[in-house]
Amino acid sequence: MSTEKVKKNSKWSSEQIKDFLINNALILIMLVLVIYVTATRPEFLKPTSLINLLSLTAAYLPVALGIAGCIVLTGTDLSAGRVVGITAVISASLLQDITAPGKMWPNLEPPPIALVLLISVLIGALIGAFNGFWVAKFKLHPFIVTLATQLIVYTFILLYMQAGESTGQAISSLTEDYREFVTGSVVGVPIGGGKTAPIPNYVWLALLLAGLMWLIWNKTTFGKNMFALGANEEAARVSGVNVFATTIIVFALAGAMYGYAGFIESARIASNTANTGANYELDAIAACVIGGVSFVGGIGSISGIVIGVLLLRLIFVALPMIGMDQNLQFAIKGGIILLACALDMRKYLEKK
Amino acid sequence: MTKNHLLEMVGISKYFPGVQALDEVKLTVKAGTIHALMGENGAGKSTLMKCLFGTYKKDSGEIFIEGESVDFGNAKEALENGVAMVQQELNQALTRTVKDNLWLGRYPLKGPFVDERKMAKETDEIFNNLNISIDANAIMSTLPVSQRQMVEIAKAVSYNSKIIVLDEPTSSLSENEVEHLFRILRDLRERGVGIIYISHKMDEIREISDEITIMRDGQWIATEATQDISIDEIIRLMVGRELTHRFPDKTNVVKDDVMMSVKNISGRYTNLHDASFDLHAGEILGVAGLDGAGRTELLENIFGEMTRKGGQIFLEGQEVQNKNPKDSIKNGFALLTEERRATGILGIRDILDNTVISSLKRYLNFNLFLDDKKMLEATEWAIDSLDVRTPSHKTQIRALSGGNQQKVIIGRWLLTQPKVLLLDEPTRGIDVGAKYQIYELIIELASEGKGVVVVSSEMPELLGICDRILVMSNGRVAGELDPKTTNQEEILKLAEKYL
Ligand SMILES: Nc1ncnc2c1ncn2[C@@H]1O[C@H](COP(=O)(O)OP(=O)(O)OP(=O)(O)O)[C@@H](O)[C@H]1O
Ligand SMILES: [Mg+2]
Repeated sequence: MSTEKVKKNSKWSSEQIKDFLINNALILIMLVLVIYVTATRPEFLKPTSLINLLSLTAAYLPVALGIAGCIVLTGTDLSAGRVVGITAVISASLLQDITAPGKMWPNLEPPPIALVLLISVLIGALIGAFNGFWVAKFKLHPFIVTLATQLIVYTFILLYMQAGESTGQAISSLTEDYREFVTGSVVGVPIGGGKTAPIPNYVWLALLLAGLMWLIWNKTTFGKNMFALGANEEAARVSGVNVFATTIIVFALAGAMYGYAGFIESARIASNTANTGANYELDAIAACVIGGVSFVGGIGSISGIVIGVLLLRLIFVALPMIGMDQNLQFAIKGGIILLACALDMRKYLEKK
Repeated sequence: MTKNHLLEMVGISKYFPGVQALDEVKLTVKAGTIHALMGENGAGKSTLMKCLFGTYKKDSGEIFIEGESVDFGNAKEALENGVAMVQQELNQALTRTVKDNLWLGRYPLKGPFVDERKMAKETDEIFNNLNISIDANAIMSTLPVSQRQMVEIAKAVSYNSKIIVLDEPTSSLSENEVEHLFRILRDLRERGVGIIYISHKMDEIREISDEITIMRDGQWIATEATQDISIDEIIRLMVGRELTHRFPDKTNVVKDDVMMSVKNISGRYTNLHDASFDLHAGEILGVAGLDGAGRTELLENIFGEMTRKGGQIFLEGQEVQNKNPKDSIKNGFALLTEERRATGILGIRDILDNTVISSLKRYLNFNLFLDDKKMLEATEWAIDSLDVRTPSHKTQIRALSGGNQQKVIIGRWLLTQPKVLLLDEPTRGIDVGAKYQIYELIIELASEGKGVVVVSSEMPELLGICDRILVMSNGRVAGELDPKTTNQEEILKLAEKYL
């Protein structure tokens, strides 16, 4: 009997090691990549390079945080990029410097930054709620609904780009305050020698946002309802989940995230065209699935999403550093997505 | 290896994280016999069969068919080698036709194309052969569960298999359909097929099986000829202790006050007409009827899960709307649904999430954030008081055996502290020991002054625990009976009143 116990235990632990390796394969790949890049190009670990990586991650995180909720509901959101686009151009047009050449609204005194942020988030939330309404009310697949809204929103962007005194040129020359608010650095990190490296404000904001989303996902009834809905809609309904409201809120929340992202991107990129934000949803979806937000529905974590975004950005930053052809990055991204999803599915297969 | 053994499984072990689901189990089935496999929920019956069928990969052990060692890697291999299985949980392509489902994975071809004509012809032949009257072109999801079950059985038979496994095939069949199934099984037995039959229904096992193998906690306990073993003995071996009564003592007292009063409820899209009845506090009201009599519809209309055409519901004298499930829960109603997998469990989520989902408001701090500790306490309470066998509260619910899933869902509803419990087939697929526990629970709930409505197809169960039995027939209430004085024939007669 006792020998049998031992046999079982040892088998268990070897299985465990295998499971551990497979469950954490992506993090391990990331570590290997970091170690390799550091070994060949030590400057990778320099503060400026790390902060660059961090900044890029922070810039792409909000859209991923939003879209993840839609994926948890076994849906998706193809309108994310365009919503970023429309809120970016609106933010930019409102906060153009009074002296800007070709200013869209020449007589508009730039309103308070916080107000513009609020407007941006509200517009995003509204478009999101619109998506959610069609999904919840008519039981349409989010793929279809957001494919359609994405087109509609694009027309609004094109029309808006010609509004006011605009000549259809990129909207630039934003107010100094606005740029400072987003890309300035209130808090830096000490890097020794009495120096501090500046960390852009939007990195801290992204961190805050991730924390907020974590709270919403894990500590609120809405979060639990969202996961229940994603796992089994019928069962969730019988259990008293308000399917209609939950769906709309998930999409509205996602829209709010895109609105926030539009506000940030506008100042980060500083020159906004009708194509600002285009295809952001694809990177965001990729980051989510890499981070274990499963299309099976009902599964996902905020930490996973952060890791997913970070891993994708790492590829963009690190590969060129070790001299890899820029063009290869797309193939590598594709490969990682396939690998991540295959590993992820493995967890849900019954047979092991 | 003895040649006359059709199937021989020896030393089968299977480990899942947290449980040794099978521990050196053996099973021997002779050709031309029906072999019952029995055991409590979670004993490992389904797992053993899935190891045979190639759904799971066994950790160790050997399987011989007609003396030859086999190890199927997947269902297709098993089917091609003469092993068919009707799974406990139906896996069907619901949006496709009956015909498509029957031929899935082996569509007859004519050149590069699927031969629809041949498919239709052979489907008819199969159904005729088995005396099944189901429209082969009907979309699967439009059929009642019992007919879907029959399609699955027909499919298994149509593979001309040597070994057919039926994992709780009768859990959603009506009495007539069970009789029908048994005729098919006896016929197959004549033809030398070995049938493995898993069921929790003692009477069925006595009637149909030749031999019985009993499992407990993933281990082989006994194999006996059916005529040599009594039901009490089977139960003792399954449960591991003496269980003298099938039903606990009724300690609940029916009060005079009416808890719920239903007046002339009709369904908008469902076959339910002018149903009226009262439910007293402390009462257990049974609802009997044939398949399609509108029992599920009655419960789901009361609960607001289906749209009503008319009628009123009163709870303790106050009219309630019960517009939708959320509203009903707030009003103090709970509904345990009939189809656990489709409308009960959140398969991919853990036990904790599945337990607390209907009562989330109770675990809020400052009306804002959920308190993990409170949720955990509630979950542990449910696990303890319902005796849920699970490695931990973090286990995905779909990894539990059917009976244990059911207990978790019951726990979910108890946590909403309902006044009226609507239980649709509460003991479907549940073993004798756990059934007894659930009966005890129902009686206890009634003793606390709650009103309980129990829909069940098992008449002994209704007669055993109810204070009153409502009989439905073709969408109408056909009458009421007193369990103390009535019998199964009287119930059946009423059930046919409006046919
Ligand atoms: N995929 C799985 N992952 C983890 N554990 C599992 C899995 N499948 C089954 N188990 C566990 O293995 C044990 C045996 O389960 P099994 O489904 O075989 O029971 P059963 O005898 O068929 O019960 P029931 O009568 O309720 O259907 C249970 O403890 C169950 O929780
Ligand atoms: Mg089973």
